[in-house]
Amino acid sequence: MRVVVAGYGPSAHRLIETLVTRGFDGEIVVVGEEPRPAYDRVHLTSYLTEGADLGYPVPPGVTTLLGARVTGIDRDGKAVVTDDGRREPYDVLVLATGSAPFVPPVPGAERAFVYRTIEDLEAIRKAAESARHGVVVGGGLLGLEAADALRGLGLSTAIVEIAPWLMPRQVDEGGGAVLKGHIEALGLGVHTGVMLERVEDGRVVLKDGGEIPAEVVVFSAGIRPRDELARAAGLEVGERGGIVVDAGMRTSDPSIYAIGECALAGGMVYGLVGPCNTQAEVAADRIMGGESSFGGADMSTKLKLLGVEVAQFGAMGGALDVTYMDPVGGVYKRLFISDDAQTLLGGICVGDATPYTNLKGFVGKPLPAAPADLLFTGSGVQLDLPDDAQVCSCNNVCAGEIREAIAVQGLTDVGGIKSCTRAGTTCGSCVPMLKQLLVKSGVEVSKALCEHFDQSRAELFDIVRVRGITTFSQLIAEHGRGRGCDICKPAVASILASLHNQHVLDGELAALQDTNDHFLANIQKNGTYSVVPRIPGGEITPDKLIVIGEVARDFGLYTKITGGQRIDLFGARVEQLPQIWKRLVDAGFESGHAYGKALRTVKSCVGSTWCRYGVQDSVGLAIALELRYRGLRSPHKLKAAVSGCARECAEARSKDFGIIATEQGWNLYVCGNGGFKPRHADLLVSDVPTDELIKIIDRFLMFYIRTADRLQRTAAWLESLEGGLDYLRQVVVEDSLGICADLEAQMERHVATYFDEWRAVLEDPDKLRRFTSFVNAPGVPDPSIVFETERDQIKPVLVPLEVVRK
Amino acid sequence: MTELLIDRPIGTWVPVCSYAELIPERGVCVLVSGRQIAIFRDFGGRLYAVGNLDPFSGAHVLSRGIVGTRGSEPTVASPMHKQVFSLVTGVCLDDPAVSVPTYPVRVREGRVEVSA
Ligand code: SRM
Ligand SMILES: Cc1cc2nc3c(=O)[nH]c(=O)nc-3n(C[C@H](O)[C@H](O)[C@H](O)COP(=O)(O)OP(=O)(O)OC[C@H]3O[C@@H](n4cnc5c(N)ncnc54)[C@H](O)[C@@H]3O)c2cc1C
Ligand code: SF4
Ligand code: FES
Repeated sequence: MRVVVAGYGPSAHRLIETLVTRGFDGEIVVVGEEPRPAYDRVHLTSYLTEGADLGYPVPPGVTTLLGARVTGIDRDGKAVVTDDGRREPYDVLVLATGSAPFVPPVPGAERAFVYRTIEDLEAIRKAAESARHGVVVGGGLLGLEAADALRGLGLSTAIVEIAPWLMPRQVDEGGGAVLKGHIEALGLGVHTGVMLERVEDGRVVLKDGGEIPAEVVVFSAGIRPRDELARAAGLEVGERGGIVVDAGMRTSDPSIYAIGECALAGGMVYGLVGPCNTQAEVAADRIMGGESSFGGADMSTKLKLLGVEVAQFGAMGGALDVTYMDPVGGVYKRLFISDDAQTLLGGICVGDATPYTNLKGFVGKPLPAAPADLLFTGSGVQLDLPDDAQVCSCNNVCAGEIREAIAVQGLTDVGGIKSCTRAGTTCGSCVPMLKQLLVKSGVEVSKALCEHFDQSRAELFDIVRVRGITTFSQLIAEHGRGRGCDICKPAVASILASLHNQHVLDGELAALQDTNDHFLANIQKNGTYSVVPRIPGGEITPDKLIVIGEVARDFGLYTKITGGQRIDLFGARVEQLPQIWKRLVDAGFESGHAYGKALRTVKSCVGSTWCRYGVQDSVGLAIALELRYRGLRSPHKLKAAVSGCARECAEARSKDFGIIATEQGWNLYVCGNGGFKPRHADLLVSDVPTDELIKIIDRFLMFYIRTADRLQRTAAWLESLEGGLDYLRQVVVEDSLGICADLEAQMERHVATYFDEWRAVLEDPDKLRRFTSFVNAPGVPDPSIVFETERDQIKPVLVPLEVVRK
Repeated sequence: MTELLIDRPIGTWVPVCSYAELIPERGVCVLVSGRQIAIFRDFGGRLYAVGNLDPFSGAHVLSRGIVGTRGSEPTVASPMHKQVFSLVTGVCLDDPAVSVPTYPVRVREGRVEVSA
């Protein structure tokens, strides 16, 4: 049998993959208009932001015709013709032509972009280079994603939505209002309830007369099924588009199937990968003589857009409803319930998607608890999903299947569930549910650091401390196996450094360090390194500033003020690092440990010395703290700040430890961070004098260093600490474990043994020898490192790279 | 110095550094016939040589990765994005379709020699 597939998107991929894995013995030919095999469109944006490789592997034995469009179907002759003049005969034809973005017919529409393919993204990226403003027309799921992408390209971005609120298909008016708050807080413009009039050079004009500047305009105003081939061939199509299919995904011609976003199944066109995949599997089964059928699909969605969780499941209305709304925290949760208050019908969440995770499986079933309890997270309601509750809608996997896989295959982690059941492998939104199922199945989620150690980092820390172990070799020989890896070696290096404070390049320690610690500098994308001298508290004399400028100029380094109140010099080759540091050390600079999981900076505001509002000397304290804790290695980096009054110009509450001056002393806040998941620090103690403050910080830091996981910042550590902030306060303020004296003594040892790592390298010829590009040609600079000029400074020229696959 | 950059017939052994200079479980990079080759000494003292180009990032940095084992396979992890390569076969253990070239390497009278 010869199967021809028209269109090569995710649905076509799932079809041929299913055929091949199920042992289909005929010939398969796929014709795709895009220049590459199918790729993961759901994660399209990550192609822009991370350069992710989204391609699906072509299953073995399948013939692909890429960059070729099917232009006609000869139903009588059973063949399709393509724009490059081929004629491909078929026994079975599958239409998987997907859909095309709808472009509203407004004047100037031809200037706008759409957001669907890798080529679209490339075009947008190129246009954004010379642009400053962007507008996305359409405030649905894809529109917000496109807006986030434009923002990521550095454009000041606005969204225009015709409906009265954003994401009208997933949330109601209340949810839309909360969502709008989130989006605007990110600096995006939101214009709802307004129509686009036209697109002009450099702006869009709205029907209400308003204008928004935009050099880049992206339309994301819905999709239209690509049914043009079917139409021309006389197949039945829906009134509003879509190729009509039966429950077996067959069109009105029995030898032609249609699947995915071009198909109209049960009167619906499904615009989500989950149902498209199911349709592909049904068609594959039918082609192989099976009987399976497609009976509609769950359209629940959960996504995280611009850092905001939005989710919708089941129905968007019902006789009764319960709403929880916190406009300050930006949370909106609503459940719909049957008129007898017995059955859960659906729900909407903005800002917190826990109800989706916990309750999606209960749609159409009796409510598992009182609705109000279900909406409050942390109310302690324990839910057990029924076996037939769908957990992964992308791959149609139910709770029962997952439980069975866990029990029968003895699975212990999410990775195992993914490979056994496919759940969690597509959009990833069900992964929290998979974790819950694991935990509820009584699986001890492994705390092993890696394949070489069964212990957690905290356990290894105790072993090293109590047994007085000083080398990795001894630790792995007595407590692990093999010779380590890029996970356990740096973790053990950090433990040894926290406890013994030796030079990171001494003896065997050198082999444990990640490249940054090994060269005492941060690796950059072209293999060069950056140099960050310490500038305690951000205070610097003009003379020192001049030295930095001279060094940067003499070595031709790219120079930038960092977000940590110091200066970063980029583009140094390994053999230049000692020469650069020689100059800096001679001028009185020390390593800034920007490369280490260690104390980074203690930022300061100007404080009472100059500022008319300041109540304490924030600069003085910041410098004292930075000097006290410099060189302290820890599970992850440590950042701090000191503000001179409650105006908080140093942003202390976004730090691992932050101090804010009061009339009476200092308030200490702990466990905040910016970064990937921002968290405000919590108040640990208030109005304490300086010596008391330092004691508590000593204990806090050492307790964190002893007990945190590898690469766990203080914020995540606190969240995982049983008993939370209260427990932390008991331990480090009230000394409930009786370890405070020990923690303080450990910090004293660190402070007393501190030395400048870079100076030590410069004084040790053996360590210096490691700083060469080529050991057999020490004077030759790495020829692969090339720079060009941008805004009067250097910038790496990257080697164009195609990962070579066999 | 420049003599090292001249092309030489494939298959000749080129001395590059002294064995004692190599730190166990770390790499160095050498330039042979214009090629960057990363040479590693493992804990047991064995030597391995692979291309220095990290095929995922395009930077010549593999010699600066962390050396270890996966199962019984000696490995190096790219310092850029941590993909792990077998030091024996050059195959990327996280993505077996990708590999780096390997080169013969030996010790003669305390000197390390590679053939490239
Ligand atoms: C240079 C700098 C950006 C700048 O030009 O301003 C920077 C640059 C890097 N940051 Fe940062 N961060 C810099 C300030 C920040 C700040 C702001 C701050 O410190 O006040 C933050 C948010 C605050 C925070 O950390 O809570 C920040 C959050 C991150 C994160 C996310 C951490 C998180 O917990 O989510 C990473 C990733 C990581 O560490 O795993 C990161 C990682 C990095 C790395 C090390 C990424 C890497 O591995 O290549 C960058 C390389 C630095 C280099 O090569 O020298 N950087 N980074 C800033 C250096 C400050 C300094 O003087 O040391
Ligand atoms: C940015 C973005 C984010 C998304 N996020 C999500 C998400 O989070 N969750 C979710 O469930 N869904 C999401 N989707 C939707 C999801 O990507 C689609 O449901 C899925 O791509 C549908 O697959 P398909 O193969 O049916 O159609 P398509 O992906 O459209 O593939 C059809 C292919 O056929 C080709 N083609 C069309 N006509 C012809 C012809 N005549 N000859 C040859 N080739 C032809 C097209 O060029 C295309 O390559 C997202 C989509 C986008 C664009
Ligand atoms: S935090 Fe207070 S003291 Fe410090 S600069 Fe701001 S206003 Fe002045
Ligand atoms: S719901 Fe998308 S991967 Fe499971």
